[in-house]
Amino acid sequence: MADEALFEFLHMEIVSHIYKEQQSGKAEMDNKDRAVCVSVLEGMGFRVGQGLIERLTRDSPSFKDELDIMKFICKDFWTKVFRRQVDNLRTNHQGTYVLQDNKFAMLTQLSSGKQYLDQAPKYLAFSCGVVRGALSNLGMESVVTAEVSVMPSCKFQVVIQKL
Amino acid sequence: MSRQSNRTTDSKKMNSELFTLTYGALVTQLCKDYENDEEVNKQLDKMGYNIGVRLIEDFLARSSIGRCQDFRETADVIAKVAFKMYLGITPSVTNWSPAGDEFSLILESNPLVDFVELPDNHSTLIYSNLLCGVLRGALEMVQMAVDVKFVQDTLRGDNVTEIRMKFIKRIEENVPAGDE
Repeated sequence: MADEALFEFLHMEIVSHIYKEQQSGKAEMDNKDRAVCVSVLEGMGFRVGQGLIERLTRDSPSFKDELDIMKFICKDFWTKVFRRQVDNLRTNHQGTYVLQDNKFAMLTQLSSGKQYLDQAPKYLAFSCGVVRGALSNLGMESVVTAEVSVMPSCKFQVVIQKL
Repeated sequence: MSRQSNRTTDSKKMNSELFTLTYGALVTQLCKDYENDEEVNKQLDKMGYNIGVRLIEDFLARSSIGRCQDFRETADVIAKVAFKMYLGITPSVTNWSPAGDEFSLILESNPLVDFVELPDNHSTLIYSNLLCGVLRGALEMVQMAVDVKFVQDTLRGDNVTEIRMKFIKRIEENVPAGDE
């Protein structure tokens, strides 16, 4: 038994640490600094996502197609990692998917509404990486981004990269 | 383990894997960012401290444990309630000093180190050092200054993982805190 709270505390501290370290000595962060932080967090999430999906799909049969994989991500994977299912999945059937989670686990403690909206991206970078890592180990290279307009609802955009 | 593990067990186990994997990613990142193990150990302790000072509130809210009467009671609460609640393990409390101000927590298993191996060039890395910071930070918020360190570590070849905790002093309350 491991408490979700412990993970949330760890995640918050990791975000805080990465941003503090990047800023160290400077008065202000510029966009380049922020990009570095997001990239580091996303990279960490990527490794975690790869590990998690391996454990989760160890005994599962293989997936039929891309949509099947995305549905798995939205249901089983999301439940295991973020403790609920994705509320809405949309696709253009050409490799772009939008996953909407109305009560995203990493945001619920921050606010509900518009407060701290500008801080939200910091707390989404890791999760984007987790999704990208999971998809990568399932054979799908992707670009994953997230946007928030009202906390704690969040939309993840997954664009599958065709090789 | 039975194949038909129920959902709850699975999801709890998965959360622990999420934490373990994330912690591993953190340590890996710190090793990349800092020159030497000593520095990484320090960062882990600092981060643990920052987590501990917040975690204590979460713990007190969930457990409704009242104030401990003495250090022995504190030790029991840490081992039997806190560790169980957050990491799902119950370390044993042993090796009390004659003065009753020092004890050891012996962890048979450490969830942080599932799937972990230390490479040879990181022999002085205290992988789970975050825990020391967490304990130190949490106890400081309940007016106890303690010193916490790992004295044995399965990752470095010992049979068990042993954390030594020493009571330094009571911190005087400047501002009324805690149990109003």
